[in-house]
Amino acid sequence: MQQLNNSALESKDALPPASRRRAAPIAPSEEATRPNTEQRLYATRIKVYARSVQGFWRRVKWGVVATLLTLYYVAPWLRWNRGPDAPNQALLIDMPGRRAYFFGIEIWPQEIYYLTGMLILGAIGLFLATAWFGRVWCGFTCPQTVWTDLFMWVERKIEGDRNARIRLDKAPMSAGKIGRKAAKHVAWFLIALATGGAWIMYFYDAPTLVHHFVTGELSSTVYSFIFIFTMTTYVLAGWAREQVCIYMCPWPRFQSAMFDEDSAIVTYEAWRGEPRAPARKGQSFEARGDCVDCGMCWQVCPTGVDIRKGQQMACIGCGLCIDACNDIMQRFGRPAELITYDSINNQIARAESRPTRRRLIRPRTIAYMVLLAIIAAVMAYTLATRTRLDVSLLHDRQPLFVKLSDGGYRNGFTFKILNMEREPKTFLLATDGLPGGEITVIGIQPQPSPSVELTVMPDDIGTFRVFVKAPLSSLKGKSTDFRLVLTDLATRQMLVHNAVFNGPGE
Amino acid sequence: MATKEVDTLSGTETTGHEWDGIKELNTPLPSWWLWVFYICIAWAIGYSIFYPSWPWLSGYAKGVLGYSTRKEFNQQMAALEQERSVWSDKITATPVAQILDDPDLTTIATAGGRVIFANNCAPCHGTAGVGRPGGFPTLVDDDWIWGGSINAIYTTIQHGIRNTTDAEARISQMPVFGEILKRDEISALADHVLSLSGHGADNATGAKLFADNCAVCHGEFGKGNQDLGAPNLTDQIWLYGDSKAAIVAQITNPRQGVMPAWHGRLSDTEIKQAAIYVHSLGGGE
Repeated sequence: MQQLNNSALESKDALPPASRRRAAPIAPSEEATRPNTEQRLYATRIKVYARSVQGFWRRVKWGVVATLLTLYYVAPWLRWNRGPDAPNQALLIDMPGRRAYFFGIEIWPQEIYYLTGMLILGAIGLFLATAWFGRVWCGFTCPQTVWTDLFMWVERKIEGDRNARIRLDKAPMSAGKIGRKAAKHVAWFLIALATGGAWIMYFYDAPTLVHHFVTGELSSTVYSFIFIFTMTTYVLAGWAREQVCIYMCPWPRFQSAMFDEDSAIVTYEAWRGEPRAPARKGQSFEARGDCVDCGMCWQVCPTGVDIRKGQQMACIGCGLCIDACNDIMQRFGRPAELITYDSINNQIARAESRPTRRRLIRPRTIAYMVLLAIIAAVMAYTLATRTRLDVSLLHDRQPLFVKLSDGGYRNGFTFKILNMEREPKTFLLATDGLPGGEITVIGIQPQPSPSVELTVMPDDIGTFRVFVKAPLSSLKGKSTDFRLVLTDLATRQMLVHNAVFNGPGE
Repeated sequence: MATKEVDTLSGTETTGHEWDGIKELNTPLPSWWLWVFYICIAWAIGYSIFYPSWPWLSGYAKGVLGYSTRKEFNQQMAALEQERSVWSDKITATPVAQILDDPDLTTIATAGGRVIFANNCAPCHGTAGVGRPGGFPTLVDDDWIWGGSINAIYTTIQHGIRNTTDAEARISQMPVFGEILKRDEISALADHVLSLSGHGADNATGAKLFADNCAVCHGEFGKGNQDLGAPNLTDQIWLYGDSKAAIVAQITNPRQGVMPAWHGRLSDTEIKQAAIYVHSLGGGE
């Protein structure tokens, strides 16, 4: 593990060196006791036994966990009436039907850019949140954090708190130990199954999925996906945990690019805490730091870091060490917030007894907000004004044109009408800019006619083989620009599509 | 390593390697990573036992499961045939003209016909039926020698034209007028034929010769006769060229197109699909 190379941290001489110059690997304090004799190519994992903790940040975290889990498990069950021919699930990505539904919004594959837009909004939103509040995503809302929290809660309910779990792991194998371990893994697996199953519900009608899952009617593909998502949940939240954040996730590696000296981060106020020393109740804190070296901060940490070593990559910024330390500070009658969720600048200000201030408006946050506003406005505008009717026209490549027996010429097109509304539509197709132009449509209009009626089923694509015939006198050289005009017979809505008529160029 | 060196900034050990003053930190991989590697090796061994793997000098290790991609391919093709039989059975059972009354069946038959046409017909009639110079007619226009109704197309594909293998093949023979008429007569006749489609001036000699020699097959006004495969001479489409020289050549020593019978080479279902496809190219009547 390595410390975060934050230029802000390195450039501030006001911070006492102890906060970041303690030359030791950043890991639980147990690691320091390991004999350091030879270089090892592979690091043995040090198991994290996170102690339970109460306090403000723990309450925030429980609130976020409960909200997100409820959203995740309940959202697929929300219903939304779209009429008899469409699924009534509010949130659904219907892969076989090639549709995505979000309440009243229906997305066709041609409109996938809305998803791209959402992802861009999400990414810039993440950058903005990070610039303001540091690793608030990692610490509170990342699925890895949320499910790890849930799994740790289950573990604590079954095996007890930190000390009990350490004892249990060291204890010789016994029926009781096997029972507890088995109970834990069964509980984990059931949660994982619910999680993996709920993921599929976003792609499959939720009540039907549950019914078919039980009756064994799902396809092997669906069962495989449920199995994959179940096993990843079980392995990542039960076994891998902080290893995901430290070794697998790319985000911790580059999120420091969004930080500056005004970003709120979880840090230890070394100027106040050092020199640390054990203390007894009622003891004087003259000529020493406030840190009593109780180790609670690293014992409650879900990733097992010692925050007193400074900001580091393995710290997910969840703030649990703040709760633990505040509790201890209160017992010793010392001011709270020795570990604090604040900016580097404010720490320096406190160390120098200057007033602190929270700077939310900074050049980089303005840049992120402007970007967010522009993209959100563009997306909202396109979504509000998007048309539910579209056409696509493909000119035959072979032959480009056909000479007919009366000396006229004919071009063939594949013409598609995308009727994205939930009612059948009848259109009138005609040509414009091609004098004498006549249309035939295979299977619909065998005799050439100036205009043709085309009907498209609701929420469907009508595909037509359209032949346009024109006398030689209407053609201007090898290619003649003209327009195909599609008129909705009910609403008189008109859609004009540019087209090219190829001829011999005589 | 004899001495341990620790990077003061990061608190991480170095490997002792140094390049231009830059030292490499020793950041060891987690040991579970190593185990993932071992598991992959074990997986590979298991895979090579169960699935086809090692090449021998002759053949290869087939694996205890007896899996083969070719077998899987054949299974999938059989399943596909099974799936398609819903449609192909219907095409087999339906007379070709009635397929056109069913839009869904027409769509399926057209899609199948496109492939059949590309594999069997395109060498002469060109991709998508555009025809080829030298007497291979285009199938996308509205001019038909032997008829453009679905039944006529179906019959033509079944039995072919002027072949010697099918007793029911479409047969007609244009006489070699180079042995019957004189050169100047043929020239006058060609002028008359050109005038039928509005090109050049007519002449009485040619008109008389046409009525005596050609009208039997091509009709009194040169409109042709699809039953005899006699082309319409009044339209703008010419199989062997629209110049006077080309017409003179055709009268003097006619070229006669030959088409094989497809009955027996293709199944009736395939011929129906090919006919539906040709009919859909734009000229179907």
